[in-house]
Amino acid sequence: MTPKQFTKLAYDSVDDFIYGSCPNPVTCKNGMVIGGGTIYPEINFTLPAMEATEETLPKAKDIYQEIITGVLDKALHLHVPGLVVEFETLPQYTEHPEWGIEIFKILRSTMYEYEEKHGLKSVFRMTPNDLREMNRPPIMRSGAYWESMLKIFTETAKEGADFLSIESTGGKEINDEAIVNADLRTSIFALGCLGARDMKWLWTNISNIAEECGSISAGDSACGFANTSMVLAEQGFLPKVYAAVMRAVAAPRALVAIENGAVGPSKDCAYENVYLKAITGTPIALEGKSAACAHFSPIGNIALSVADTWSNESVQQVKLLSGFAPVVSMEQLAYDCRLLNTAAEKGHALLMRDLLVESDCYLDPQAYIMKPDVVFEISEEIVKTQDPFLRTLHTAIKALDILDRAVENKELVLDEREENWLEMLRDQVDEIPEDEEEFIAEMKDELSGKRYLPEEYGI
Amino acid sequence: MDFEALSTAVQKGKVKDVKNIVNQALEENVPVKEILEDGLIAPMGIVGENFSANKIFVPEMLMAARAMSAGVKIIEPLFSESGIEPVGTVVIGTVKGDLHDIGKNLVAMMMRGAGLDVYDIGIDVPDEKFVEKAEEVGADIVCLSALLTTTMPAIGDVIKEFERQGVRDKYHIMIGGAPVSQSFADEVRADCYTPDASAAAEHAKEFMNNKKAS
Repeated sequence: MTPKQFTKLAYDSVDDFIYGSCPNPVTCKNGMVIGGGTIYPEINFTLPAMEATEETLPKAKDIYQEIITGVLDKALHLHVPGLVVEFETLPQYTEHPEWGIEIFKILRSTMYEYEEKHGLKSVFRMTPNDLREMNRPPIMRSGAYWESMLKIFTETAKEGADFLSIESTGGKEINDEAIVNADLRTSIFALGCLGARDMKWLWTNISNIAEECGSISAGDSACGFANTSMVLAEQGFLPKVYAAVMRAVAAPRALVAIENGAVGPSKDCAYENVYLKAITGTPIALEGKSAACAHFSPIGNIALSVADTWSNESVQQVKLLSGFAPVVSMEQLAYDCRLLNTAAEKGHALLMRDLLVESDCYLDPQAYIMKPDVVFEISEEIVKTQDPFLRTLHTAIKALDILDRAVENKELVLDEREENWLEMLRDQVDEIPEDEEEFIAEMKDELSGKRYLPEEYGI
Repeated sequence: MDFEALSTAVQKGKVKDVKNIVNQALEENVPVKEILEDGLIAPMGIVGENFSANKIFVPEMLMAARAMSAGVKIIEPLFSESGIEPVGTVVIGTVKGDLHDIGKNLVAMMMRGAGLDVYDIGIDVPDEKFVEKAEEVGADIVCLSALLTTTMPAIGDVIKEFERQGVRDKYHIMIGGAPVSQSFADEVRADCYTPDASAAAEHAKEFMNNKKAS
């Protein structure tokens, strides 16, 4: 497969950059089109507090059956035009792919049944865990964990998974420590050098499976990088400006998946998807206010502004006053999407987008960095070069320029400790050479060989 | 001996300055206990207060903790002859089946900053390893972390392992992680649940103060 190249944005005008539609929509086997004018809810769920073992598998299967039935009943009741169901496996269900496949079959067959009996269209996103980090240092391209991942991808794709996704972890072994130090220099190495190389390897493999099994290679998420930063910033542990820059610098890594066969919709928790959509025109999943069941964020509305599927991230099967939590999520997502689709039908999609954007964007740098005009500015910087490392480095510089400018123009008000960090991050980035080989050599000297294996990244 | 200069160097995370001032203090025969308590641990207390007051972030706190550790390392060989006992000893790890370590690392870092000796035994730790390490180092506190609803039950398994080996009452067991709650702590008979890293460090310090006072 020859990698695609992106040298310009997929849009001529930022006013065309709206939710529910994109230049390169994805058509599923049942005719559902993602990015074709309708925004769809995307529901995800997980088990309540219980162990995931062979002994508990029968109970887990019953719970998953109960969840999917509840969710589909609610979707039917609320007349959703279609939905995406994501099954993000637990580590144990990826490590023992036969367990994960059994649960997949329960979910998928129930979805088929509702489509056949009630005309409720739904598509399936299969998201196995990236188990490769179970080895420390991670073994990225071989071994039992890698084989288990391949097996669950292949078997579920054959059995009717529409989209294949993952939250991949290449470079995370380095980034975990960098995050708590707000060490942007090391994060750029983790994402731009290690992560980008791993994405090429991983997404070439996933795209090949999708092609062979009649599935769709959808997309990734830098969850363990940018979302971890966001969550720690929400807790007051990290500067928000660091988390904002981390969001932008995750985009070049994400782009590698699309270059190597993925076509969308990219994963829900990947807020860097907004840059992907601007560059590639592929549909994206996103999550925000209706994912507060899983994590808090400062981007609850703005995340919805250009989404093509709208997700709850994940929720446990626990009972709330109204009913089980996944059913509650289903209702919330259904109403969010219904409002947006109605606005679009009435010709108000752009107004709706702008309301969603403006209600968040001046209150937090992480929201500001997702403003459509800012997304285009950063995306234009990304497509100036084809080199993932340089893209990552230049994105960091551009993001810092934009945040500095926003502070200067008083569009963003940051407290003193945040402003200090803008300068500190700039100092870190200034130290990075433009020559990737030189940078890799510097980082090899700094990072112990015990933490990552360069050969696992083809270095 | 300029305690103010040492305090500032620790708070600003200036490793080199901390080393120089501590070495100089030793040359001037300043009591080791004073260097440790007034020059190194006290400024970390100020750093902790600044963090609680939202004046600084974790990275600044980490820089300060590294500077403090650099100073402690110089005087550590002199602890026993100076009659210094550690504030307390902690064993910390993420339970079996769980690979998440950032939260656990933050707790470990903040506890070190509070002057505790922390043994971090990593992620995906088998139940018996917690007991083994706690017994080996004579721990006062054992901290268990889990981030997934499906690994959270392993916290209970570790506590049962302590019970099974008849050593449960020797240790103060603290638990934490996104899905963990006080009611879960009650259910698995943990001694304490804290919602975040700074609360965990604060509780550990308080527990050790009470233990020593009793």
